[in-house]
Amino acid sequence: MKKIVMSAILASFLLLFGCSKKKEEEVKVPADTGKEIKAAFVYVGPVGDGGWTFAHDLGRQVMAKLPYVKDVTFIESVPEGAESTRIITSLAQKGYNLIFTTSFGYMDPTIEVASKFPDVVFMHCSGYKAAENVGTYFGRIYQPRYLSGMVAGKMTKTNIIGYVAAFPIPEVIRGINAFTLGVRSVNPDAVVKVVWTQTWFDPAKERDAADSLLDVKADVITMHQDTPAPLQAAEKRGAYAIGYNSDMAAQVPGAWLTAPIWNWGSIYTQVAEQVHNGTWKSEQLWYGLEHNLVDMAPMSKLVPEDVQALVNEKKAQLASGNDDIFTGPIKDNKGNVAVEEGKSLTDAEKLSMNFLVEGVQGSIPE
Amino acid sequence: MIRFEKRKDISKYFAMTAPFVSVLLALTTAGCIMLFAGVNPLKAYMGMFHESLGSVYGITETLVKATPLIFTGLGVSVAFRMKIWNIGADGQLYMGAIGASWVALFSGLTGFAAMIGMFLAAAFCGGLWASVAGFLKAKVRVNEIIVTLLMNYIAAAWVSYLVYGPWKDPKGFNFPITQRFSPDIMLSHFMTYRLNTGFLLAVALVIILYILVEKTIWGYEIKVIGDNPNAAKYAGIKIDRSIIGVMFLSGALAGIAGYVEVAGVQGRLQEGISQGYGYTAIIVAWLAGRSAIGVLIVSVIMAVILVGGDSLQILMQLPVAFVNMFQGLILFFILASDFFIHNKISIRRSGK
Repeated sequence: MKKIVMSAILASFLLLFGCSKKKEEEVKVPADTGKEIKAAFVYVGPVGDGGWTFAHDLGRQVMAKLPYVKDVTFIESVPEGAESTRIITSLAQKGYNLIFTTSFGYMDPTIEVASKFPDVVFMHCSGYKAAENVGTYFGRIYQPRYLSGMVAGKMTKTNIIGYVAAFPIPEVIRGINAFTLGVRSVNPDAVVKVVWTQTWFDPAKERDAADSLLDVKADVITMHQDTPAPLQAAEKRGAYAIGYNSDMAAQVPGAWLTAPIWNWGSIYTQVAEQVHNGTWKSEQLWYGLEHNLVDMAPMSKLVPEDVQALVNEKKAQLASGNDDIFTGPIKDNKGNVAVEEGKSLTDAEKLSMNFLVEGVQGSIPE
Repeated sequence: MIRFEKRKDISKYFAMTAPFVSVLLALTTAGCIMLFAGVNPLKAYMGMFHESLGSVYGITETLVKATPLIFTGLGVSVAFRMKIWNIGADGQLYMGAIGASWVALFSGLTGFAAMIGMFLAAAFCGGLWASVAGFLKAKVRVNEIIVTLLMNYIAAAWVSYLVYGPWKDPKGFNFPITQRFSPDIMLSHFMTYRLNTGFLLAVALVIILYILVEKTIWGYEIKVIGDNPNAAKYAGIKIDRSIIGVMFLSGALAGIAGYVEVAGVQGRLQEGISQGYGYTAIIVAWLAGRSAIGVLIVSVIMAVILVGGDSLQILMQLPVAFVNMFQGLILFFILASDFFIHNKISIRRSGK
């Protein structure tokens, strides 16, 4: 009964707007097994954010140069949740056959839309749900985080390092922990103070959080945010800055040390090629330094030679596949043993990490 | 010098055509900017039209977008009727969403009983939230604009507290979202589209509100209170009670918008359920001339602009800032036309 009423209402609207049924047929997307790629990117922030979305867009531009990529579009500042469903659907309807959704909050919408467009390949960044035509991709950014922690540990004089963090989700927690382990590997006395902003993109809030850390004598500021605002706050107050997402050296030249950065272009090129060749299949990719998906921005002149050498040595070790960052003994910051000696966290455990390591001052908001 | 004077007799013809002329002017202005950005405005407008009305899917999405605007618009307009400014529809929407989500997640109700429960809880929570402002206005003459506006932030903070804290999905990897509602308590959808029975509910409420406001004594009373509170008092109308009652109704309508968003579209409680619907509702109610039928029409037109805006980005590669500016321009011109309908400009030579 409900359906009938709905149909009646809808039919009247169709008449009202002078619409023909023919248009509906266009919804079907032509089957695609490989030749031409029409790709689309869904971004959570504006491409000019100088951070997360900016880094993805650099990757998009690399991919756009491939000869068989006919069209690459993007849509920015798409709200997470149900609002994105409409936009992802709209892209699939317009014949885009490879769609990247680049924020965690697009996970359910991506899965939902993908079930209606079996011939379109979807790649969702940072989630844990996959399907026949939905793959996931992300990077072991915790590896360069650890390396940047080593730099911070060597550079701090007050032994207080400030960390502006967005949401208490495993991805962010993993970064804080790896960073802190890096700090403590070279400077066991240093502590990392964490402030949560509960937003990815809010330059004013991010700056305020950094200021509050500088107020309690932090002399190195790093962050897990989408904009360089916390770093600008650090530079203004004469502290060092360690960035994230992309090389922001030019924006805070007086404070810049280094940053864990993303090279999304490598993975976008790889996926486009697989779809082009017809070899793509749904996978959950989690690449590290070895695939060059994550990297360290070049360390600035402020970082002494010997520290650079030390960090580069560790980087070479991680890049060779010998990743011992989350190998025990590791204590959490409440004094409990989190990882026993001789054991290492599995990928599944890393992906659902929900504790802070010793040396982090702060807690995971309940 | 330039002076504005109230028009004594508003020409019907002028009042009818002015909004259309102003939309044309807005489109022309935006078109000039598009030309500047190297985009063919005609192509862009065709794209917008096609996106929002050019397919069954587009139309369903437009109506999905219009649904929360209709509820919140009705809520705001019924308060406007009494010259009470409910700026807090956004917060009332969130409180409604909280109420509905509580029933969905924790009441133990299932099926149709849960759906009814969610609806009532949403209306009650939204209504209660708004009647706080109504009570303060009626009893101690606190300005309702300030109270409703500020309570928006409190409501949003409640949602944040719940989704980060006690209601967080244990399997959600610490993300600030609740569990998904079970499918049997979701509003039923039209075929495979996202259009759901919430839209029918909205249309039904438009009709109910129309009858209530235009055809009943109660509707007449609130109009009198709005136009002339002293006369109303003299006539024996209980003003305080009416203020609280109207605010409750206004908030309940916005609360139902929250219900339809969580039970028809999102399927869970999370932040950002409202894309500023409660604020857009103020514009909707204003343009609708405070009439229920007007709210329905204006909401659909607003939805066309909002949904069509997607295509400016996808097809024309215009930045999101342009889309926002475009939507702002249209509203700006329409509001300006409203001003010129009611005022006329006269230019005089000297100061005297």
